[in-house]
Amino acid sequence: MNIDKALQTFIAEARGLLQDMESLLLQLEAEPSNTEVINALFRAAHTIKGSAGLFGLEAIVAFTHRVESVLDLIREGKIQISEELIGVLLQCRDHIDELVEVTAVEGGSLDESAQARGNELTLALNEYLQDAGAQAPAPAVPAEQHPAPAATDSPSRQTDAWHISLKFGPDLFRHGMDPLSFINYLSGLGEIVNLKTSFDAMPEPCDMDAESCYLAVDIEFRGNADKAAIENVFEFVRDDCEIRITPPTDHIAQYADRISNASGDPDLLGAILMEAGAVTPNELEQALKTQHAQDTDASAPGAEQSKPPLGQILVDQGAVPKEAVHAALEKQRQVREHKAQESAFVRVHAAKLDQLINLVGELVIAGASANLLAQQSGVGALQEATSAMARLVEEIREGALRLRMVEIGETFQRFPRVVRDVSRALDKAIELVITGAETELDKGMVEGLADPLMHLVRNAIDHGIEPAAERAARGKPARGRVSLHAYHDSGSIVIEVADDGGGLPKAALLAKARARGLVGAEQTPSDSELYQLIFEPGFSTAGAVTNLSGRGVGMDVVRRNVEALRGTVEVESAEGVGTTVRLRLPLTLAIIDGFLVGVARAAYVIPLDMVLECVELAAAERRSGYLNLRGEVLPLLHLRERFGLEGAAAGRRANVVVVQAGGQKAGLVVDELRGEFQTVIKPLGRLFQHLRGISGSTILGSGEVALILDVPALVQQAAQGAAPALRAAQSTAPELVH
Amino acid sequence: MAVEFKKSGDTCQISITGEMTIHNAANTRQALLAALSGCREAEINLSQVSEIDTAGVQLLFMSKKQAALQGTVLRLVAHSRPVLDVIDAYNLASVFGDPLVLPARPNTCPDHVEMPA
Repeated sequence: MNIDKALQTFIAEARGLLQDMESLLLQLEAEPSNTEVINALFRAAHTIKGSAGLFGLEAIVAFTHRVESVLDLIREGKIQISEELIGVLLQCRDHIDELVEVTAVEGGSLDESAQARGNELTLALNEYLQDAGAQAPAPAVPAEQHPAPAATDSPSRQTDAWHISLKFGPDLFRHGMDPLSFINYLSGLGEIVNLKTSFDAMPEPCDMDAESCYLAVDIEFRGNADKAAIENVFEFVRDDCEIRITPPTDHIAQYADRISNASGDPDLLGAILMEAGAVTPNELEQALKTQHAQDTDASAPGAEQSKPPLGQILVDQGAVPKEAVHAALEKQRQVREHKAQESAFVRVHAAKLDQLINLVGELVIAGASANLLAQQSGVGALQEATSAMARLVEEIREGALRLRMVEIGETFQRFPRVVRDVSRALDKAIELVITGAETELDKGMVEGLADPLMHLVRNAIDHGIEPAAERAARGKPARGRVSLHAYHDSGSIVIEVADDGGGLPKAALLAKARARGLVGAEQTPSDSELYQLIFEPGFSTAGAVTNLSGRGVGMDVVRRNVEALRGTVEVESAEGVGTTVRLRLPLTLAIIDGFLVGVARAAYVIPLDMVLECVELAAAERRSGYLNLRGEVLPLLHLRERFGLEGAAAGRRANVVVVQAGGQKAGLVVDELRGEFQTVIKPLGRLFQHLRGISGSTILGSGEVALILDVPALVQQAAQGAAPALRAAQSTAPELVH
Repeated sequence: MAVEFKKSGDTCQISITGEMTIHNAANTRQALLAALSGCREAEINLSQVSEIDTAGVQLLFMSKKQAALQGTVLRLVAHSRPVLDVIDAYNLASVFGDPLVLPARPNTCPDHVEMPA
């Protein structure tokens, strides 16, 4: 695969444009009359076609050309926008995407099934093109309702005509010219709808010079000529004549459109307007002269600021409508912003960034080591130096990690299309609400999140949102609502996938759980325990298996994926009201603030954001499986026993670290509290992947290895292990409260 | 070019013969102004105008203006074909306000015929 740089750029650009096309198509479906959207779509297709042509990618050019033609007819209002049309265009977009991936990225050609798809789409597009062609003479409106032939009626409708205003100079006749010939010539270019002659400049008859020209003419002109062609008619009298050519109103919109597409030097307003055909070179020259003249006038008294803007002069001259100048100025602004953005961002290869993060990780470890040695040496100045360095290292660490942060909006972007397609397939009306798209999270996390989120959104549409009839019976709006919401919450990012559907059926869940032996016949699990069951492999209460979901795979995969990112999943649901699935993920994958504890002779790290507090373990509670924390009963987990450690208990007393994970609290019994510690997470080797209770390792300043505790897993174990003891404790709770 | 002047009763009869263009504009102007002076009512007969250009049209307008200034009622009558064409091209029929007698011509818009006020 040998792809040169320009082609890379094309591919990147095409992907961006295709992404835009998707959201534009969806927007167009919502607001079919939005011409801006149609224009933007057309431009996107046009750009892809043009760039593909440069690289000789004929397949892309040929197909995109058809799409472009259809978009053009939409733009002209000859094709009505319908749901089917949007559907076809979305598929076309997908096909172009495929073409780009296959022909440009891999340099191959489409396989048979893809080609067949392409042919089908071409046929569908051709149908639209032919229909529009047949309709073209009498667009949309039935003929009998609209009998007047558009071309010949109403000179009063002046908006679609050019307005040409001519004021001839007095010496015109002396130069051997007669305005009549120009007017005759002009009428050859199109139709002179109206013409008004005035001799307002003529002085009293006794003062008048019969050989001077006092004529002024205003012409309404309709024709296909562009501004430059009209100006050419008066080429010979230009020096003797004041000419103003005002375009028809619909041309003004066209100018605005062309200006936004213009590729001319964006620093020069005149160049933009000229490229769009809004001003002719002569008009521009004249305006620049005026500007220069006024400039030199103004510079004499030293007032430099008073140089009049070119746009203002052109408007004053009547050369160009205000709208066109506005569009050009807007274009200038956009290009400048774009440039500013370009220069504000540096594209860095992800691998380089990862390498930097790794190095920062090593720096943190080396820094900890230096710190430790300094403390042991007892030299005050050295300690001071190392602590200053430690602070800087921490700032570098945070800065480096921020480099990897991306907005979650990128991940959310694909969902509008998913929701559209899935809701069409299921015949449900569903709107997607996205909030908090600007919330940032680690780049490495984005990829891992895509699949779980997709599962959850599909689930919400398929199982969550009820059919329209059921919704109506419950008095809910017919249109279902699925929302994606992201926000930061104390050191973690939370992503919620919520629907306003039927909620989880508790009775059905319980029955199913009992049938599968997950819950004993007498046990009545709490709501949250019940909801956790949906994450069990093969657990589905859906009556029917659909294309999308209901096979009972999915939710367990979601949980596995999220846990692989050191995250947790919780479910909230109310029957008849809706379900919210909440994913809680750490902000970064690489480095955490840890809390170092010692058990026997080994060191362990607990992620600091899960630590609530540390308390001393009372002798009375040492052997019991629970802790009474100010009246709250917490399960205890003795790490020494849990990990089968031997060796002398280091201290006279044991400590409890109270941790919280997924809304549940537990106490971890350790020997020694060693304090906070910046922890660079090193993944465990393959061999240890299935180890429960340990999520990774790190290296301490002393060179020792410390294991990082998987707190959510431990808390769960503690809760299960202590359940019988807890129940006993709860039943005797009054005695326990001292 | 010749400007003939003849008085019948209160009405001055002025008729222009030949070209009415830039080449003789200065002379035509003098002749027209001279003929118009002292008339209470005047008619300019254009039937013999063989050619007319913008400068000529300008002189017709001047005549109207002068007439208005001195309170003369001036009518342009018996327009020749070239005169009609120019008046048509400049859409001046309503400005001059004289009845135009049109030879049969398919493309001429009837709007151009207006009765004098």
